This record gives sequence, C-alpha cells and structure tokens, in this order.
Amino acid sequence: MTLLGTFCLWATILVSTWGAVLAFSGRWRGRPELVGSIRGAVFAGFGLLVVAAACLWQVLAAHDFNVEYVAAYTSRNLPTYFLVSAFWAGQKGSLLLWAIVLSLFAALAQWLTARRYADLLPYVAGVTCTVLVFFVLVMVTSANPFERLAYTPADGRGLNPQLQHPAMIIHPPMLYLGYISAVIPFAFAVAALLSRRLDTGWIHAIRKWTLVSWLFLSVGITLGMWWAYTELGWGGYWSWDPVENASFLPWLTMTAFLHSVMIQEKRGMLKRWNLSLIIGTFLLTIFGTFLTRSGVIASVHSFTQSAVGYWFLGFLLLAGVASYTLLYTRWPQLEAEVQLESMASREAAFLFNNLLLVGIAFSVLWGTLFPILSELVRGTKITVGPPFFNRVNGPLGLLLLALTGIGPLIAWRRASTANLRRQFVWPLAAFGVTFAGLLLVGVRQLSPLMAWSLAGFVLGTVLQEFARGVRARHRMYHESPVVAFVHLVARNRRRYGGYLVHVAILIYFVAFAGTAFREDLQVSLKPGQSVTMRSPFGHNYKFTHLGISQYDALNRSVSAATVEVSEDGRSLGVLKSEKRQYVDGLGRPTFNPSTEIALRSTPQEDLYLVFESSVDGTEEANYRFTITPLVWWVWYGGLMLVIGGLVTMWPAATGGGTGSKSPVEPGYAAALAAPGGSAA
Amino acid sequence: MSGMDRRGFFGALVLGAVPLVLHASQQQQPGDTTRAQIPQGDAGFLPNPALAGVSRPPVTAQDNDPLIVGIEHRVRCPCPCGLDVYTCRTTDFTCSYSPERHREIMGLVQQGMTPDQVVAALVAKYGESTLMAPKPRGFNLVGYLLPGSLVLLLGAALTSVILSRRRGAAQVAGFVPAMAGDRTVDASPDELAKLAQAMRDLDQ
Repeated sequence: MTLLGTFCLWATILVSTWGAVLAFSGRWRGRPELVGSIRGAVFAGFGLLVVAAACLWQVLAAHDFNVEYVAAYTSRNLPTYFLVSAFWAGQKGSLLLWAIVLSLFAALAQWLTARRYADLLPYVAGVTCTVLVFFVLVMVTSANPFERLAYTPADGRGLNPQLQHPAMIIHPPMLYLGYISAVIPFAFAVAALLSRRLDTGWIHAIRKWTLVSWLFLSVGITLGMWWAYTELGWGGYWSWDPVENASFLPWLTMTAFLHSVMIQEKRGMLKRWNLSLIIGTFLLTIFGTFLTRSGVIASVHSFTQSAVGYWFLGFLLLAGVASYTLLYTRWPQLEAEVQLESMASREAAFLFNNLLLVGIAFSVLWGTLFPILSELVRGTKITVGPPFFNRVNGPLGLLLLALTGIGPLIAWRRASTANLRRQFVWPLAAFGVTFAGLLLVGVRQLSPLMAWSLAGFVLGTVLQEFARGVRARHRMYHESPVVAFVHLVARNRRRYGGYLVHVAILIYFVAFAGTAFREDLQVSLKPGQSVTMRSPFGHNYKFTHLGISQYDALNRSVSAATVEVSEDGRSLGVLKSEKRQYVDGLGRPTFNPSTEIALRSTPQEDLYLVFESSVDGTEEANYRFTITPLVWWVWYGGLMLVIGGLVTMWPAATGGGTGSKSPVEPGYAAALAAPGGSAA
Repeated sequence: MSGMDRRGFFGALVLGAVPLVLHASQQQQPGDTTRAQIPQGDAGFLPNPALAGVSRPPVTAQDNDPLIVGIEHRVRCPCPCGLDVYTCRTTDFTCSYSPERHREIMGLVQQGMTPDQVVAALVAKYGESTLMAPKPRGFNLVGYLLPGSLVLLLGAALTSVILSRRRGAAQVAGFVPAMAGDRTVDASPDELAKLAQAMRDLDQ
C-alpha cells in the first residue's frame, strides 16, 4: 500500500506538471483536444490523490506500525473514529489532505464553471496544477506519509490527547476547505490577467467560489474556537496565537473582497484592488501554512519544526513576485469605469470597510511578526500576546462594527441629507437606547459598552432593512408579512443573506464583549465541602465537591472529580472534570496526563470547571471555576453565519412564479434603493 | 407589515427590550465572589495518585488575590504554551515553570512591591520577553501605533481624494439604477405606478 501511495504521489506530480506546462504554453489555443488533455490532467491528479489517501487510510486502519506516520499518531487501542483525525494529525498526513482538497477544488472548478468562462479554464487548470505539483513535491521530498521505518514497533505512540476530541474530526477539514479553496479565485484572477479578459465577467465566475471558501473558513475558525474552549482548558476560545492569526488573515481579506467585489460588479470600480485582494488572500494562505509548519514562531498549534517551512517560504516569494508582476503588467487595462462621487455613498462606506478589514489584517500580521522584527532591529526578544492585539485591534474592530451598520444605510452613488436622516434615525435610536440601558444596569467598561451599543445599532439597521422590504412587498403585492418576508429573502438572497451574516457578526461581538466580565476562582475542596460564586448576572452558584473516582476506560486511566452544582438554591446536577492518562495497547503511558473540563453552557453564562490536581495524592481536589457570560452566543453566531452564507450562495430560481425573478424585479429592487437606496 | 406601522414596530421593539434591561439591572453585580467554607471530613488517599497528574498543595488565599492575579496576567510563562502565568498555572498542570513564577511573584509582593515594581523586577531578571505585551515605549511604539496610524492616514487620503473628485465632478441628480447594467426599468406602466407609490410610501 505504501508503494502504491508513493507511486500515486509521483504520478500526480507528472500529470499535474503536464497539465501546467500545456496550459501555460498556450498550445491549447485552437486545439480543443489539448484543452481536454489539460482537464484530464486535473481530474487524473484528483483520482491519483484519492488512491493515495485510500492507501493512507488502509495503513492507519490496519495499524501498520512499520509506517512511520501510523506509529507516530496512532496506537492499537485508539478508537476508530479518531483514526479519522489521525489522518491529518501530523505534518505529513495534513499535507496529503491539503493536496487532496486542492485537487478536488481544481476538478470542481473545471466541472462546474459555466461554459461562458471556458476560455479561462485552461489557465485556471494551469495554476491549480502548479500549486498541486508544489505541494506533492514537498510531500515526496520532505514529508512522505508513506515512509517506512527500519523496524516495526509493537504499538504506536498514540494520538495526542488534545486531538482526541470530536472537533478535531471536522475542524481541520473545514479549515482546509476554506484555506485551500482560496486557490480557485486566485487561479481565476491569474487566468483573467493572462488572458487579458479583464471585464467584470471573471468576477462573476469567482464570487461563489470565494463565498464557499469564506464560509468554510468561517466554520473552520469557529470550530477551532470551540475546540480550544472545550479542550485546552484555559477558559477562552481565542488567544491570538500565531496559528489562529494565520487562519484569521485570509478570512479578513476575503471578507474585504466580498464587499469590494460588489463595487466592481455595480460600478466597474476597484478592479486593481480586487485583484490585489484575491492574490493577497492566496498568499496569506501560503504564509499561514509556512507559519504553521516552519517553527519560525512558537505556537501550541503548530506542527513540529521541519524543513518544509523553507519550501513554503520560497513558494510564497515566487508566487508573490509572479502574481504582482503580472498584475502590474495589466495595470493600465484595469482602469475604473467610473469614479467615486461622494463620501455619502455606499461605495465610500465599502471602501472604508475594506480599509478597516485590510487594516486589521495588517495589524494582526504586524503583531504576529513584530517579535521577529524587534529582535532584528533591537536584538531584544519580546512577546506579543493578547494584550497587544486587543489594544491595537479593539478600536479597529469597533469601527468595523459601526461600518457594518452604516454601509447598508447609505445609497449607491450619492445619498441626500434627507435620505441619510430617514435611514439613520431608528438605528441611531437603537444605539442610544442600548447605550443608556447598559449605563443604567451599571456597565462602565468602555469596550463592552461600545460593542453592545454598536451591536444595537447594527441590529437596528438590519431590522429596519427587513421591515422596509416586507412593507414594500406588502404594499406592492398585498402579501402577508410572513410571505412577504420569505419572498423578500428569496428574491434577493445575496442582499438579505448578507444581512443575516451581519447579524452573525454582531452576535460574535456581543459574545466577545462578555469576556470582559469573566470571573475565576481557584479553590481546594475536600469531599463534601462547598464554595459559592456570584456570577456577573447575579446568580449564586454553589459547587460541592463529591469526590474523585479512578477507573480505566478504552485507552486511558481516568481520575474523575465530580461536583454538584446548584444555582440560587436550585440543583443543576453534577459536573465531572477528568484527568486522563492515555496508554497504548500494551498499557504504557503515551503522553503526560491531560485534563478534560466540565461545562454547563446557557445563553446567559457558562460554568467552566477544571479539575486542576489532587491535593497531595488525596481526594481533596484543587479546582478552577470560571464563569463567563455570553459564550454560548459565539456558537450561535457561527450557526447564524452559516445560515446567512448559505442564503447568500443559494442559486437563484430560474422559472416563473412568485418566488422567481419577474420582469418587475429590477424596478422593485430600485424601489428599495431609492431614495433610501440600499439594494445590494 | 399589515396592522402595524413603522413607529409601532420599533416602539414594540424598544418596549420589549426594557424588561430585559431592568432584569439585568437587578441582577448584575459582577465580581462578588465569596467562599462559603463548610469544613467536612478527611480526604482519603487516592488508589493511584500518579494517574491524577501532578499533586499540588492546597490553594491559598493569595492564589486568588486580584493583585497577584493581575500581575500574573501581565507576565508570560516561560514554557512554550504562550499563556500568561495565571492562565498557565491554572490550565497546564504539567508545567513546572508557572507555579515557580507564581511563587516568585507572591514573594515579591510580600516584600511590599507594587505591581509595577514586581513587573519591573521580573523584566530586569528575565528580559522584556517575560511581558505578555511589550511596553509601549521606544521602538515598541512602532508596533502599537503603526497599524492604527496607517489606517488613519489612508482613511484621510481616501477622504481627501473623494472630496476633491466630488468638487470636480458634475452634479448628477435623479434616479439611481440599483443593479449593474439595468439602465432601463423593465416594467409595465401599471407596475411603474405601483413602484412610484411604494417609493412615496418609503419616503413617508
């Protein structure tokens, strides 16, 4: 199997090189059979990598510990479902996942792209084949998952306890899907530049790809936060770790693109900027891969330091120079069709939104790299941790939240004073009411005060947009509010799906601001002893230590500390936090003891319990109790984001009937746009 | 929105929010943490203490002292976790560095040092990298100020360009097509009449 797997990797290099050479040589022009050959190379690459993946699955499932990767990340007693996550637990397997996902998207791009963009597809294939050749080449030369050992261990090392978590089965694939699919918009951008087809057409071809990419990345990041929260045990979900930052950077630039692309579609502006964003997003994904795999910056999430980092650095530089040089050569043909006319316009709001998103991306990148820069300039090592990022990004994030509400309120091209007054009055009232309400309840910390008040403003904007749309439909078509709402969303999914995403973003901000009210308490409790904590919402929680029990489970020995919890005298049940000593199939300890937290989550606040240690080997336990308000809403925000994203992406109906486009639709959209002017 | 006008809709929304705000007002008193100690019987030894991780001494009042916790949040644990001392010592129970740094900080506080003096003493001993974030002075100011300054500068430049273009551009008034390429409205006179009515309604 390992031989077949390695053969498939080499074969992928060959067929993808063939595809890339053919695509870029231009010999396919006027020779349709060569276009077929290029497409064939893409599909063959995907097929070969599927076989390679099947080979890796097979050796993992068969516990073939002669394979170095299997011995390093599994053991005989590892539950079957975690064999799935073992596939991408290490550097080598995750590179194979990278390659498979890349080849899958490359094949889908060839298969699904509308025929009217057919002249771009050979170049798209050329780009994806080139990137694929690079990744597989890195694998076969520096990180081959099929490498065999000179001996066969009796059992493997087992999977890192922190990766034995349900989120690890789905979080990495989601993140990779988001990360890697960014190659497709990049490939289309390069194709448009090479073919000089620089009208707005290619933008239509990639908008959905970018949305797909953005959605997967959003889900991947949110799942990563959930994993960090429930597995790492520190009570938070985002620590501005370099690897977290690496996933956040392309998300920011993609979000910027998804806004600025609307300006290009509607007004023919920002062509150069959009191309820069797409290229930048792709480069940031490669940069993130370099950061994660080079060991250049310490991170709990990163893979072991290895030589593959330098491959990525080289590829990053090469791809950056080549892409931006190509962009530079087409610069004169990317002149805007019209010019921005007014500060009080949707275009200007989107421009500032882009400025902030890219500004935050720069600030995250800057903070991540600043320790290296400081050492170079001053010769002094420094740490750039959460306090730095919160201080620098906090104000920018609040400004962005404000723009999330402001943008949809302003008309395209130019808004009149009367229009602005009419559009802003209710959202500003929502801001004022929220602000006053928060002051009334005693919130004095500036960040949560502003975050929640601005969330009120954004919610006011979104509700106003929905209410006006429903009313307009009601008056025009005499539909009931519910039917009008459904048709409103169905007829302009992109606009109203976007508003749902805005709601998701404000939910995230509301939840993030709740962290400011986090309460921690460390305590030692003997069996039967209790401690009480008063939560920020004023509930009195009583925690009673019941004892510690020790027992063996599937692949681990467990010490479980149980705590009875009551809220204002009402019993909430028992929470259990564990210390786990994982063992291999021969009963030998595999890793240091790990901790499993106990969690009770409600929309109001989370009770987070950590069994720190036994006191001097007795049943007396040291605990950390943490109460954090509003964490639940982070996951709810993620769900809302997915719903909004799916609504935005859902294909428009093509037939007749009330739910489909009718001749009056443009006029109707215009009705919403003028004079309030907000049709997206 | 039959049966409810815009004012009514938002009025109901605000009224709906008031009870929530008042409820929170009665309840919210963050930071009030008390310990109701009810001493109970002995704690027997575990059958296999080694399986429960590294044994630790009981928690003391100083472990929760906001002054010490505040200092520890500013100081980085030297282990590769990347966390501050407080978070590491209450999260990574295999780490031997954070408990040691915790004891050192408690010792410095007991000597009568203020939080800033404790942090300064730690920086003098371990270097600037012991801080979770660099002090905002000297070259570090570049780190803190560059992103925000760039955004401000570019924002100002953008504003200036837009305003100068506006002055030079001819005033364009009238109807704004909402969708790209829709230079004409594909609708019947009846539909346009309905549209005009809807627009008037929107203006009200």
